[in-house]
Amino acid sequence: MTTFEVVAEGLGKRYGPTRALDSFDLTVPAGTVHGLLGPNGAGKTTAVRILTTLLRFDTGRATVAGYDVLRQPDEVRTRIGLTGQYAAVDEILSGRQNLELFGRLFRLGRREARRRADELLERFGLDEAAGRSAGEYSGGMRRRLDLAASLIRTPRVLFLDEPTTGLDPRSRNQVWDLVRGLVADGTTVLLTTQYLEEADQLANRISVIDAGRVVAEGSPDELKAMTGGDRIEVVVRDAAELSHAARLVAPICGAEPELDPEVRRLSVAVVDRVAGLVDVVRALDDAGIAVEDIGLRRATLDEAFLHLTGHRPDDTREPVGAGRKAEVA
Amino acid sequence: MTTAITDGWTMTRRNMTHVVRAPEELILYFSLPIMFVLVFGYVFGSGMQVAGGGNYREFLLPGVFVMTMLYGLGATATGVALDLSRGVVDRFRSMPMARSALMTGRSAADLLRALLEMSTLLVCGLLVGWQWRQGVGKALLAVGLLLLLRIAITWVGIYLALLVRNPDTVGVIVFPAAFPFTAISNVFVSPELMPSVIGTISEWNPLSATVAAIRELFGNPGLGGDSWPAEHAMLLAVLWPVLLIATFAPLAVRRYQRLSR
Repeated sequence: MTTFEVVAEGLGKRYGPTRALDSFDLTVPAGTVHGLLGPNGAGKTTAVRILTTLLRFDTGRATVAGYDVLRQPDEVRTRIGLTGQYAAVDEILSGRQNLELFGRLFRLGRREARRRADELLERFGLDEAAGRSAGEYSGGMRRRLDLAASLIRTPRVLFLDEPTTGLDPRSRNQVWDLVRGLVADGTTVLLTTQYLEEADQLANRISVIDAGRVVAEGSPDELKAMTGGDRIEVVVRDAAELSHAARLVAPICGAEPELDPEVRRLSVAVVDRVAGLVDVVRALDDAGIAVEDIGLRRATLDEAFLHLTGHRPDDTREPVGAGRKAEVA
Repeated sequence: MTTAITDGWTMTRRNMTHVVRAPEELILYFSLPIMFVLVFGYVFGSGMQVAGGGNYREFLLPGVFVMTMLYGLGATATGVALDLSRGVVDRFRSMPMARSALMTGRSAADLLRALLEMSTLLVCGLLVGWQWRQGVGKALLAVGLLLLLRIAITWVGIYLALLVRNPDTVGVIVFPAAFPFTAISNVFVSPELMPSVIGTISEWNPLSATVAAIRELFGNPGLGGDSWPAEHAMLLAVLWPVLLIATFAPLAVRRYQRLSR
């Protein structure tokens, strides 16, 4: 039996005339990573703020770790961790003092809070900087400290709101590794991101959200398949043979290939990728068409996103009906 | 209830650690009253009159004590606004801690801070010739009134920060907003010596009540005429702060709860 650690049903949140969230649905099974993917202002942060008890909603119902977000906020709070877009640590206190403070507020005894702080500092590679003010940390260190603060009481559900925005690739990889480690230990993660690669790398399932609504949901592969899935690409040696090749390939794949004579390439969607490839190679060979290059290419999540929302994920356009205010608040 | 106290104390310690780790701010807040003592006590002081006679520096010091309490508004409001802007309040609010701890912790830490400021200023006062003349008991009562005023000002500061949110804006508006309260009061000049309307406003200023009351308790000159507020300074020095707390504490709590809107 699957338990769902995060359930949202028909969540709605308005700011005046704008709908920051509009009948938003989400279910996240225990022990998985669920990605919320969407452009700026799509409602990702609003959803996270509602599920972490920071923001009230107008309609719908939500439970986290089995507790009602509205009626049992304290039960929810003891079981979640939150790392936001902006590292929410005390900049004057040292790294260790930060973790001890949050430990105390999580009801750990003084000694236990200290022990846990030391443990986390070491695990996150911050033990050498433990005595320095968090304000002096680099962006990556601060984000790690923020993440460590979310893990003081090993949370059942961890909310990561754009955890790697503004980080260099190395720090980003460190954060990803840490998240993978947590999931391996059984934590459920809800991740919002603008980066498709991040969602592709970490998430078991993804909800694409746009203008406060979920417009598509599925595994990364399923989402990629929605754009027409995998493609076979063939580059022929002689441009004159391109249309001949296309006539041979079309019945095998059951789709009309796209031709690019400039580079002597044809590209066609394929459902049964390997069998399709074998048949295409055989047909071209039988017809004596010289092939310079042939291969399978997976649709990228980027293409899927473009297909689903009509714009790229890092677009900073002003979306219709989605609250800027919600993202800033 | 016990968690409210434990968490409040944890937050108090946090704010006190700020003072220890970043003492620049405290030094800034110390330098201002000391500057006022020097400028008014020694530069303008020779040209200053005290209604009913008496040493001007001895008249001035209780005023500076109160002024220092008022300027604590800046420390409180910027501290809260900084927390709000850095997102650390979101972390606190997503944790199972007592909702009240953020504000009670701030209030208690600022009170401890005020104690530190008061003791330093008392020593400075003694160095420039000010003294308490009515015994330790009344002097302590005077300090008590000052701290009561400080609590009231803390709540005004918390409310202000929740209202304005931006720490830079808070830093800019606090001093221009606070200064008139010290100027149009009995801090520097006896209201009897002011033009009549301004004199009346000065006498009813909440700060004047505390200043007049502690002048009386310390036995310092300038007891200020026979108007109703001057004659009931002690009552008003309790009433005004209580009224301010009763107004601004609920307002601040409501603002804080509205963060989840």
